[in-house]
Amino acid sequence: MKCLVTGGNVKVLGKAVHSLSRIGDELYLEPLEDGLSLRTVNSSRSAYACFLFAPLFFQQYQAATPGQDLLRCKILMKTVEKCCISLNGRSSRLVVQLHCKFGVRKTHNLSFQDCESLQAVFDPASCPHMLRAPARVLGEAVLPFPPALAEVTLGIGRGRRVILRSYHEEEAGFSCSSPTDSTAKAMVTEMCLGEEDFQQLQAQEGVSITFCLKEFRGLLSFAESANLNLSIHFDAPGRPAIFTIKDSLLDGHFVLATLSDTDSHSQDLGSPEHHQPVPQLQAHSVPHPDDFANDDIDSYMIAMETTIGNEGSRALPSISLSPGPQPPKSPGPHSEEEDEAEPSTVPGTPPPKKFRSLFFGSILAPVRSPQGPSPVLAEDSEGEG
Amino acid sequence: MKFRAKITDKGCLELFIHVSGTVARLAKVCVLRVCPDSLCFGPGGSGGLREARLWCEVRQGTFQQFRMEGVAEDLNEIHLELTAEHLSRAARSAAGASSLKLQLTHKRRPCLTVAVELASSLGRARSVVHDLPVRVLPRRVWRDCLPPSLRASDVSIYLPRWRTLRSIVERMANVGDHVLVEANLSGRMTLSMETEVVSIQSYFKNLGNPPKSAVGVPQNRDLESMVQVRVDNRRLLQFLEGQQIHPTTALCNIWDNTLLQLVLVQEDVSLQYFIPAL
Repeated sequence: MKCLVTGGNVKVLGKAVHSLSRIGDELYLEPLEDGLSLRTVNSSRSAYACFLFAPLFFQQYQAATPGQDLLRCKILMKTVEKCCISLNGRSSRLVVQLHCKFGVRKTHNLSFQDCESLQAVFDPASCPHMLRAPARVLGEAVLPFPPALAEVTLGIGRGRRVILRSYHEEEAGFSCSSPTDSTAKAMVTEMCLGEEDFQQLQAQEGVSITFCLKEFRGLLSFAESANLNLSIHFDAPGRPAIFTIKDSLLDGHFVLATLSDTDSHSQDLGSPEHHQPVPQLQAHSVPHPDDFANDDIDSYMIAMETTIGNEGSRALPSISLSPGPQPPKSPGPHSEEEDEAEPSTVPGTPPPKKFRSLFFGSILAPVRSPQGPSPVLAEDSEGEG
Repeated sequence: MKFRAKITDKGCLELFIHVSGTVARLAKVCVLRVCPDSLCFGPGGSGGLREARLWCEVRQGTFQQFRMEGVAEDLNEIHLELTAEHLSRAARSAAGASSLKLQLTHKRRPCLTVAVELASSLGRARSVVHDLPVRVLPRRVWRDCLPPSLRASDVSIYLPRWRTLRSIVERMANVGDHVLVEANLSGRMTLSMETEVVSIQSYFKNLGNPPKSAVGVPQNRDLESMVQVRVDNRRLLQFLEGQQIHPTTALCNIWDNTLLQLVLVQEDVSLQYFIPAL
């Protein structure tokens, strides 16, 4: 059997295998005349799944070499026992070896590019306000908000209740003369948690910050799955907010810019322009990982590789397992971003307000050649897609 | 103008969540009529039955508290236009809640505020408040929001089992866009469709007919004669798949070659879906 999958279909194939892996442990591959079939069944034989990819799905499809019978086989999907990551300087490759059960070894040779160390400069201890709660509590708190909501305001209300409210930039001077104008306005949702839900709450009534909810959800889902507590350190509006998780084996920091000069109780003031004061950063940022938020490193690697295959040889930063930030000299991070995969971002335009997490697992950086540190003013993004 | 209502009963709350979900599936913008003893949801836009439309009434019994004051003494109603998906989303956040409160408020603009008290697992109170932007409709457009008043239907018949009906219509929708619905006063219903290559008929019998009111019923009506209407299959399927309540009564009314009306009732809630003939 020989098949060649190209373009967007590689991702499709990967997602199909991923969805099969949710059902069973073994993947049954059978090349048929009318296509390649991938099947699985769960251990109790109460669920069966099958994908059939027609020959047209493939750039080349050969079910069997001429003269041979059609063969079929099964392979194990979820069997990683050990993962070795090493840098091969001579061939400029990052080598990820997955040692699986039954003698299966998968080796991924990923090309990379030299880069400077990605270091954001920030210090949670310099933030006057903080709160800490189990990730589960915060996960429940963001549940009522629509998944597409870009920004949320977090604040301390009367009675030391912690309030989360959806944030929308209102256009100045909207009119209510027609239905689409007024009723298509966004709905405002506000969630109130009591002080007792938090393990630590060190902030006065009336303080609040507004930050990107989508970015926060990234850390939140990891923290929920790892059952960790999540701390939020914050300062005045406009100063970055630092979200941290920690246990004995790992720690993570997400630093997010916050909107400045906004009073979350009166959002209809004039122009919605916001400025983020942004201090120094010494390297370039990396874009967010793609949608696949799963901790199965195997499919994670497949997804990385398929994107590489699409775009030719891409640069990747070295993956380090501990993201320790350098001791800060001045508070606050900033970012530069240029993503060759998005032709709409042109070098030289002010980069978006957000910058990227330093969390391990940041990937896929199509980066420019390293430059020295330079201050960049990051304007508030209009709203990311 | 005032409106405040509260649901504290678990079953009523679930029903309200399903009702708002159904409305959101079948209409983008809807008009909420607050009447002295009920809430009525209707389609936005001008009236008429040129296209399939849903009306829904939630009678006061669903609410454990209900108070309203209309625009005027003689016109004791409030008409609000809102985005159905907003209400559905707000209601969904009340799944498992201890109470849901609806209130007409003014927060820099008119809002329908949905306040949910969540019973936290550890007994700690949490609340979620949604402010839905609404447009208060002027009286001159009120008439457009009402369901149509029609003469008595030609045939009224109970619907077959919901799942059966839905799966048959679903399969027919895979084949073609039109379906012919026929029924008579002897409890028989037929769904049929036909394309160039295939024709499908489904026959139902012993469905039973609701007792008709005495008004407007022709005396010597032939019980066996079938009355029919041809409708857009996708609209029918949209209703069968989109509606979320568990009706105790489900029936349809047919006006010969004119209109199909599906009526579902569960406790204090009724849904009516009109599909005009093609």
